[in-house]
Amino acid sequence: MASHPSTRTRRGPVTYLVRLLVIAYLFLLVAWPVYLVGKNTFADGMDNINGILDDPDIVHAISLTVQVAIIAVVINTLFGVGISLLLVRYDFPGKRLLSALLDMPLSVSPIVVGLALVLVYGGRTGWFGPALESAGFQVIFATPGIVLATVFVALPLVIREVVPVLEEVGEEQEQAARSLGANAWQTFRRITLPSIKWGVVYGVVLSLARSLGEFGAVKVVSGNVLGETRTATLVVEEKYLNFDKGGAYATAFLLALVAVACIIIVSVIRPKEDR
Amino acid sequence: MTSTALSPDRPATSRRPVRAGRPLTRASGLGFGVAMMWFSLLVLIPLAAVVVTASAGGWSAFWQAVTNEQTAAAIELTVGTAFAVTLVNIVMGTMIAWVLVRDRFFGKRALEILIDIPFALPTIVAGLVLLSLYGRTSPLGIDIANTRPAVFLAFLFVTLPFVVRTVQPVLAELERDVEEAAMSLGASRFTVFRRIILPSLTPAIAAGAALSFARGVSEYGSLVLLSGNLPMKTEVTSVRILSSIENDNLDSAAAVATILLAISFAVIVLLDVIQRRMVRRG
Repeated sequence: MASHPSTRTRRGPVTYLVRLLVIAYLFLLVAWPVYLVGKNTFADGMDNINGILDDPDIVHAISLTVQVAIIAVVINTLFGVGISLLLVRYDFPGKRLLSALLDMPLSVSPIVVGLALVLVYGGRTGWFGPALESAGFQVIFATPGIVLATVFVALPLVIREVVPVLEEVGEEQEQAARSLGANAWQTFRRITLPSIKWGVVYGVVLSLARSLGEFGAVKVVSGNVLGETRTATLVVEEKYLNFDKGGAYATAFLLALVAVACIIIVSVIRPKEDR
Repeated sequence: MTSTALSPDRPATSRRPVRAGRPLTRASGLGFGVAMMWFSLLVLIPLAAVVVTASAGGWSAFWQAVTNEQTAAAIELTVGTAFAVTLVNIVMGTMIAWVLVRDRFFGKRALEILIDIPFALPTIVAGLVLLSLYGRTSPLGIDIANTRPAVFLAFLFVTLPFVVRTVQPVLAELERDVEEAAMSLGASRFTVFRRIILPSLTPAIAAGAALSFARGVSEYGSLVLLSGNLPMKTEVTSVRILSSIENDNLDSAAAVATILLAISFAVIVLLDVIQRRMVRRG
């Protein structure tokens, strides 16, 4: 349904009014504020950006954020593709409940995510924490905790992209491959994976954006130690509250840049489907 | 169409397997076991721990924690604001979706990207972004930092994509013949919208509204810099939970967190019901 000539001919004043209202709303709520952060960042030329890039603690925070995000994306991609295949291609009791529970991380407050992880993996009073700690494995207030929190919040994103694609491509080709003697792995690699490739790519890009930007859950579990467990989003808060607005704007600008880049990438590579 | 990519919810056709799948084989059963173990360790056991910790002190301790004056004020503010924001989103979100699907003009693609920005932007950055236009140094001269309208604004920003992205695909799929038939029979555009378009959009609007409400209630990051977190005034539930955690009062944190979890769970159940109804309608 590419074009509807009838809409183009039938435009009343209401159409223009609604269009104007929508544009004004989005301009005031999103476009102008985002633009101002960019403007504030470069108010003194490159000083703010150079200022944060010269600070080894901030560079550490950024590199920690990137590392954690990459680990989280890899875990969520493997888990997401696996669980999507199970949900779509197999039958098991409790499937509907599982499918609903998998969406839970999207609507749980990041602070509650942090609290939940502390209650289980906290070193002093957690359910498993003390045992893990005596085995020499600290989770909370250390990098593993940050990874867990990040994986938690981004968990459903790959699944939400891959499940609809899997349903749409159907099972015929896979059945044909199997009947011709391909084993499960060959079928997955040669048939399934190529057909869900773009779904996986979108899921990965979205997870990456979400993982780089997680704040609340990480704040609870990381301990926020400068130069050790402080991530980029925590730097923004800390800089702002310590009246280093330039540093806060510059770090926020870098994070926003990556987020917007992710959106644009997804919007460009997503094929012109369904319309 | 650029992206349903960031859509918090895909159209109703997805998610629900239409064909019955195969039973688990030995290899897929093993994979299922591993996946469920990971999911339990990461999500189910920790969330259960919140509820268990909240109930450990019995009903009276739980009730005391959540009816504490400051906590009750925080819950009231959060739920009330999320509700108001959801109402705005129902109207504005539907309108935005309508413009994106039915209207054509130069720069529409840019609007598509603007819609997704609140979803991808780190929440702390979202707070800073809003502060730059509505804070002390506002070029508009509007300074709402540390007031209740700031909480409303932050919720409005972070929940922007939900209704738009759930309504948009449904609107795009609507058959135009019926509308054109109604118009040729003399129905006004308003009547067509109210009697033909709106009923088909209602489930999608409801789904988007539920998601937007859940997101608002659980919001934290964007408020940190914007609302000042003043007790009894601009402190939301998540901030309240965080201060309990920081005071090492995990029991009361868990009690309040259980309220939020109950809301999230209710929303998920509601969504499941709505999606099933949408699928049945085809």
